[in-house]
Amino acid sequence: MSERNLRQEFLKGFFTENPVFVLLLGMCPTLGVTSSAVNGLGMGLATAVVLLGSNVVVALVKNLIPEKVRIPAFIVIIASFVTVIDLTMAAFVPDLHANLGLFIPLIVVNCIILGRAEAFASKNTVASSTVDALSMGLGFSFALTLLGGTREILGAGAIFGLPIPWLVDNPILIFIMPPGAFIALGFLIAAVNTARERVEVAAKRRARARAATQAALVTTPTVKGE
Amino acid sequence: MEYLVILISALLVNNIVLSQFLGICPFLGVSSRLSTAVGMGAAVVFVMTMATIATHLIQNLILVPLGLTFLQTVAFILVIASLVQLVEIVLKKVSPALYQALGVFLPLITTNCAILGVAILVVGRGYTLGQGVVFAIGSSLGFMLALYIFAGIREKLALLDIPKAMKGAPISLVTAGLLALAFGGFAGLV
Repeated sequence: MSERNLRQEFLKGFFTENPVFVLLLGMCPTLGVTSSAVNGLGMGLATAVVLLGSNVVVALVKNLIPEKVRIPAFIVIIASFVTVIDLTMAAFVPDLHANLGLFIPLIVVNCIILGRAEAFASKNTVASSTVDALSMGLGFSFALTLLGGTREILGAGAIFGLPIPWLVDNPILIFIMPPGAFIALGFLIAAVNTARERVEVAAKRRARARAATQAALVTTPTVKGE
Repeated sequence: MEYLVILISALLVNNIVLSQFLGICPFLGVSSRLSTAVGMGAAVVFVMTMATIATHLIQNLILVPLGLTFLQTVAFILVIASLVQLVEIVLKKVSPALYQALGVFLPLITTNCAILGVAILVVGRGYTLGQGVVFAIGSSLGFMLALYIFAGIREKLALLDIPKAMKGAPISLVTAGLLALAFGGFAGLV
């Protein structure tokens, strides 16, 4: 894979194929743990590590697994990495582990991870599967942090635990409660959709302009010749 | 009485979809028509109850006596995956029409985090088998209720004139948020 492709492959997870905003995968942890930016980031990174581990292992053993039992095999690989992350987080970041609670073991049923194993890692090399996992994992972390940050600013008047003047005295409590998760994500997705559309329209216009100049350059000499 | 409290709490107050955020994928994916919502809900009620019984027994008869509780995640997900496979095979034989409607979504029940989530919650809270079953039934009925109401709203939503940017997922999420707000009214019921 050329360097340019690799870069595109890496960037897709953030915008054009963002698992949360565009593909709408992994909605449960996205809504469940994003009451603050730190929780969102922690959950995102935990998921990214599991995704990286499972993508690499699936890409390594893809030729050894019989076609018919591949899904159960993938699930066992993913569940092992989740157990590792679960125990590691319980030992080193107990506070965050307690905050995320049930959603840590539930990484195992996060559709992004099984989805990437099935759709990407089982058909590609270890290197490109690593890039794919990093792209999707970090894109997921980015989306969760953005949503967590938005909800924390609006609902608690703080960002990463640091209070913001005025906002901290006038929090809109609903945003850190469950209904706020749905509403905030709805508006974020609408914003991302609009932004994506603008980018596409601009790209199309640029392409058309370029085609027009090229056409002009081609026709000019013939005009001169006459 | 105690069972009733668990049931009401799981069904309304701590609704699994709207306040616990479990099972959001099918909640958003299968809720565009009332008929599929009912089928999916029924499948979840059945699978969740079976899965809770199975995982409860495995936890207390195998994992705890042998000191293997760290295998919980791996063991539970495998049990649930095989159970879903079983339901799929039975449904294919017994009710081909329902299988046709749910065919795509049944395998997805494996990755429905509500099933695994409830199994882990039941074990984590130290419920007895009876309490666990009641909790599973309450949770899954809560899932069905939320899915049914939401599908009803979305059928109406399809006919409305919605701003372009909000079409599809965004308006569904905002609707779900308002529904969650309404369910907030049940707080303090038990």
